[in-house]
Amino acid sequence: MSDDGGPVRVYLVDDHALFRSGVRAELERGDGRAPVVEVVGEAGSVDEAVAGIGHLTPDVVLLDVHMPGGGGAEILRRARAAGTESVFLALSVSDAAEDVISVIRAGARGYVTKTISGHDLSDAVRRVRAGDAVFSPRLAGFVLDAFSDRPGAAPPVDPEVDQLTRRERDVLRLLARGYAYKEIAGELFISVKTVETHVSSVLRKTQTSNRHELSRWATDRRLV
Amino acid sequence: MNSPNPRTGSPPATVARAPDAATGRQPEPSPEQPSEPAGLRTAPADTATPTGGTASTGTASTGTASTGTASTGTAFTDTASTAAAPPGTGPDGPGPIGAAPTGAAASGTGPSGAAPGPTARSAVPLTRRRTGRLLGGVAGGVADHVGVDVRWVRAAFVVLTFLGWAGVLAYGLLWVFVRQEDDPVERTVTRSERLQAAGLLTLGLGLSLVAATSGSSVLGWIAGPLGLATVGAAVVWREADEAQRRRWARDARTRVVGGRAALLRTLLGASLVLTGLAVFLVGNLDLGQVRFGILAAVATLLGVAVLTVPWWVRLVRDLGEERRARAVEAERVEIAAHLHDSVLQTLALIQRQAGDSREVQRLARGQERELRAWLYGPGGRARGGDGSAAAIDTTLSAAIARAAGEVEDTYAVTVGPVLVGDAELNGDLRALVLAAREAMVNAAKHSGCSEVDVYVEVEPGEDDQPGTAEVFVRDRGRGFDPDAVDGDRHGLADSVHERMRRHGGTVRIRTGAGEGTEVRLSMPLGERETA
Repeated sequence: MSDDGGPVRVYLVDDHALFRSGVRAELERGDGRAPVVEVVGEAGSVDEAVAGIGHLTPDVVLLDVHMPGGGGAEILRRARAAGTESVFLALSVSDAAEDVISVIRAGARGYVTKTISGHDLSDAVRRVRAGDAVFSPRLAGFVLDAFSDRPGAAPPVDPEVDQLTRRERDVLRLLARGYAYKEIAGELFISVKTVETHVSSVLRKTQTSNRHELSRWATDRRLV
Repeated sequence: MNSPNPRTGSPPATVARAPDAATGRQPEPSPEQPSEPAGLRTAPADTATPTGGTASTGTASTGTASTGTASTGTAFTDTASTAAAPPGTGPDGPGPIGAAPTGAAASGTGPSGAAPGPTARSAVPLTRRRTGRLLGGVAGGVADHVGVDVRWVRAAFVVLTFLGWAGVLAYGLLWVFVRQEDDPVERTVTRSERLQAAGLLTLGLGLSLVAATSGSSVLGWIAGPLGLATVGAAVVWREADEAQRRRWARDARTRVVGGRAALLRTLLGASLVLTGLAVFLVGNLDLGQVRFGILAAVATLLGVAVLTVPWWVRLVRDLGEERRARAVEAERVEIAAHLHDSVLQTLALIQRQAGDSREVQRLARGQERELRAWLYGPGGRARGGDGSAAAIDTTLSAAIARAAGEVEDTYAVTVGPVLVGDAELNGDLRALVLAAREAMVNAAKHSGCSEVDVYVEVEPGEDDQPGTAEVFVRDRGRGFDPDAVDGDRHGLADSVHERMRRHGGTVRIRTGAGEGTEVRLSMPLGERETA
């Protein structure tokens, strides 16, 4: 799914040094597939991260959601304000819906939890680098829930961004059930490229929707 | 009890302020100008005659006044300046330095003069003077606290004494209940002041006796309660004084003592008011002015309410603060206890079983789930709850999450339930949960992989159609051939198929050798359980 043959340059942001070194080791061990994922730097604080991203211009930033001094959403805002070209993938231990949604809405291209395997993480890094969105099953569930039309819910303001199409919903459901893109494509009789398009479209809607349930839902939602 | 009060620098302050207040002129401390008119104005009424004899000493004392006699008996100094002014005629007459401040001070004690002291009044807490006192140091202390010349305070006590002995009572009570200042401040009392004060005291006592014997005590019946109430109010309001508050907050140890003292003072204030009421009623019952009495009663009760306000305010605030502090402490203890019982124990277990990766994973996963529930679950700590989840699952999502946790614990696999929508549990959904649990167990036992995906979605029904609850249990293990399942494996047949069928649900299984397995359970919702 990569564009050029060069390695994917990754920048790690997490306030736990132990965790950073673990992720670095896993990514650099490699999974025998191309392109190679290469960690070009790490940061343990918001300021350090913003400076490092500006200086090193990595392809992908792996971002912790919870950090002292504002967390992942703050880094996203500041780095994007500085005009960074890097794409962001949130990597967090938190499964709390408001964390997930807030970092997605701040501009992250995906969200995976820290329990993800090294193989899947490398895969996710390559995918966001190629411009796709990465939805863990849990994130897919969150988005489905947030966009669901429950009885009594306020009507969407703008159907273009406030509602999921039937196809997008189908794709999300399969994602939530743990299907890989290829499996989804097979299940729905569409190409992998189309699956990617749908997921990216869902990501865009999640980021731009004015649907007020989205934020309300995120804070109300109680998930373990 | 006299003048140069080094603590507040009161004499200069009085001097500077006095002309301003009394004459409405420039507060220019020029020697002549303020002194004369002020003196003249003060002259007539107050105290002219009786002390005429002492005028000479008064005049004499003007000399010392420059060094600060500012605080001798009011009447005397007034008289003195009065005496000084006419004979001296010319403003420039009496000594250049000496006369000036005295005149100013005297004008300060003029009719309406000294009352509004805009300078550092609140800075001085009410204490009795230790030095420079004639009796108990009460008048001086009150003067320092209020920021007026001490002579006015003394005069006030005399006047109150004249009105039904209230002055004596007030002085006595203040003497008893107001503490002395901590550090003695150097003050000197001249002989003349002593004489003045003694004369003033005698005057007050004498007048009171006269008033009492002549029977014109009606004035006293009115002013007496009023005086009592005023003193009571002063005593209690003093409690709200800023310096006191700070002392209170700072020293938690003396809080108990302070609280008792405050209570005493408040009770005193209230009882003063009540006494005033009683006195007033007794005095007026003879006259039969019952209505007036009732009015007085209401007024006095209001006084009591006002008296206790600062006390209540402070009581409530202290109570709130203490409760908050205790809550924080309890929270801290509870969190520490929880972390100890859960995380620390698990870490110890993990260290012991470090060789057994399956067991380690099981322990870690179970602990993670428990901590997540404690933090983010319904009623979890991060949600402002106390971390205690409901003991009995009442919703489908909670029941599924619990089942997933049990399977994780038992089979050392990772089960990640994703839940969309929710519904109240009923008999059908309970069956659905049990079937889903069995499917998870099967996946954990037979698939050979360590991860099981569980997806639960509740579709609320449309207008005429009932909704459905669907559960997908998926693994990426070795898969199997459903037709070739051994006869002794009842799980799939009995626990899943049969159970779902009984409750009107459906089961679909998709599997194949090497492709993993997905079990799809679907259960229609009744009318009442959509979320």
